[in-house]
Amino acid sequence: MTDEPATSEPPLEVVAEPARPAPPAEAADIPLLRIEAVVKQFGGFRAVDRLSLDIRAGEFFALLGPSGCGKTTLLRMLAGFETPDEGRILLDGWDIAPLLPHERPVNMMFQNYALFPHLSVRDNIAFGLKRAGMAASEIAERVAEMVALVKLEGLEKRKPDQLSGGQKQRVALARALARRPRILLLDEPLAALDKKLRESTQAELMALQRRLGTTFIIVTHDQDEAMTMADRIGVMDRGRLEQVATPRQLYEAPASRWIAEFVGDINLFEGEVASREAGRLVIATREAGSIVVAAPLQPITKDVVAVAIRPEKVKLSRRGPASDDADHAHAINRLEGVVTDVGYLGGTTTYRVQLDSGAVLRSSMANTARIDIDAYSPTHRVVAWFTPDDCLVLEQ
Amino acid sequence: MTARPFRRISRFNVTSLALGLVFLYLPIVILVIYSFNASRLVTVWGGWSLRWYSEFFNDRAMLDAAWMSFKVAAVSATLATLLGTLAAVALSRGERFKGRTLFSGMLYAPLVMPEVITGLSLLLLFVALNAERGFWTVTIAHTTLTMCFVTVVVQSRLGKLDRSLEEAAMDLGCDPLRAFVSVTLPLILPSIVAGWMLAFTLSLDDVVIASFTTGPGSATLPIRIYSEVRLGVKPQINAICTLVLGLITVVIVAASVATKLTSARGESAAPL
Repeated sequence: MTDEPATSEPPLEVVAEPARPAPPAEAADIPLLRIEAVVKQFGGFRAVDRLSLDIRAGEFFALLGPSGCGKTTLLRMLAGFETPDEGRILLDGWDIAPLLPHERPVNMMFQNYALFPHLSVRDNIAFGLKRAGMAASEIAERVAEMVALVKLEGLEKRKPDQLSGGQKQRVALARALARRPRILLLDEPLAALDKKLRESTQAELMALQRRLGTTFIIVTHDQDEAMTMADRIGVMDRGRLEQVATPRQLYEAPASRWIAEFVGDINLFEGEVASREAGRLVIATREAGSIVVAAPLQPITKDVVAVAIRPEKVKLSRRGPASDDADHAHAINRLEGVVTDVGYLGGTTTYRVQLDSGAVLRSSMANTARIDIDAYSPTHRVVAWFTPDDCLVLEQ
Repeated sequence: MTARPFRRISRFNVTSLALGLVFLYLPIVILVIYSFNASRLVTVWGGWSLRWYSEFFNDRAMLDAAWMSFKVAAVSATLATLLGTLAAVALSRGERFKGRTLFSGMLYAPLVMPEVITGLSLLLLFVALNAERGFWTVTIAHTTLTMCFVTVVVQSRLGKLDRSLEEAAMDLGCDPLRAFVSVTLPLILPSIVAGWMLAFTLSLDDVVIASFTTGPGSATLPIRIYSEVRLGVKPQINAICTLVLGLITVVIVAASVATKLTSARGESAAPL
């Protein structure tokens, strides 16, 4: 997985901390954080399995994966709560793996916030500053700055149990940012918030990250959250990174069937390469007949491949594609079937179409008009069509 | 409060509750009332008086015993709290050490051990060590007796405490010891106080172990009372018992308030 994205360099340069140790020589191009072949075992279970990853300064990076995939263990190793059994964790070229949590220029925002219940909002935020031996006046200044940053003015004297969920989340964020960490680790930071609050908080987190230029590493099982916020996403499964890519690459060019199915919805049809012509492949599938696809950049090596089409790329119509597509008519894939289920979701409607082979094809269409005379109902016979460019060929 | 048709309090409920309370507390109430009895005879009411209280405060030997009891209780409770808290921390934080099960079993054994056995074995130990029996032997014995109670109280609190609080403290620049002192300790303090008070009252009213481990000239109050009663119950005993009762009530109420405080804090420590 060496998927280096060409897009979305973070807009701000990092605001360097003055008291930062000089990196070793030949430092110019090393990443801020380099994880090298890290292994962590619990008993016989490999929670993290020879995982390597580079994270650039100023990046908003998301670790995405199902529960138990090792993403939280990896984050805890970065924070120092777990020690890797093998491998190195280099921050600015220095191995921080043997350091205790309090010796690392890294702070963490905990999933349940872990606010100190016996301390006020102000003292919670000031906690790490006092430990750092800052002068009282400086602490007061920094706390005020943090309180303003997360918009908690007027609540400084409250205790955590007098705050709402969203306010607690802000205190936790301010407390973790107060020490100006090189990297902020966020463990499912929005999991405890309701949907509306989660969305507005996502936007605030992104704006905050851009403003501060701090590197954020977030752990989440929520793919929408990862897609919305992150510059790059690392998808983990069983202790390994399956793919590291931008949200767009991850969705439109997943590296494997597992990722294609994990991130978003997808239609998959297994088949064999039947013929090749200029830039096109014809895949003979058992369930959906011959499908014409755009040839992938890397040549196909396996006999059995899967054709993958995202539901929103599948259009439905009563008679097939409209006439302006006629130029490419010969290349367009058409599958006939009967609508079995209609799911109206407001912005989009999802359809399940049973093909004549018995296989089910999912389609999702945007409801662009308020009154849709073209909506389909179950038992309608339709033509589902999609272009070769909308198809992916996955080998594994 | 009237509109609760399904939870009506029937006459039967009231009667059984009253009988139960009478059975439990009537003897104590009678003792308290008779401590204000003017009569010399324990069972004959002779009008209200504070005579037996003043007699107690003039009884040198009795006062000495009370002072001895107080000292033993305070010192042994403090030692027990220190050791018991350390044991509780070891049990709830050091999940991985070898012999943990054995350690907790041995720690909790005094909870169920008959006091006679504890007392006798300690007596044998002190005799074997040729230790002069007195204040320190009783104190040590009471520390062994009460330590496990402190551990139970503190450990239950520690078990409910969110571990990520300590991690957050370490993340924010505390070494493990500092994290414990600045975050965990303030949060478990009420249960430590409750444990101390429990240990204090347990020590204050113990007769069995104290009688095995005490020596001449260092009788505790319960032992003193016990030996007085063998010569016949004097009304003065009622007065002393009422005073002890009052003290223990105050301590128990304070301990339960402290525990309440702990659990109120515990809720806020929990995630949403």
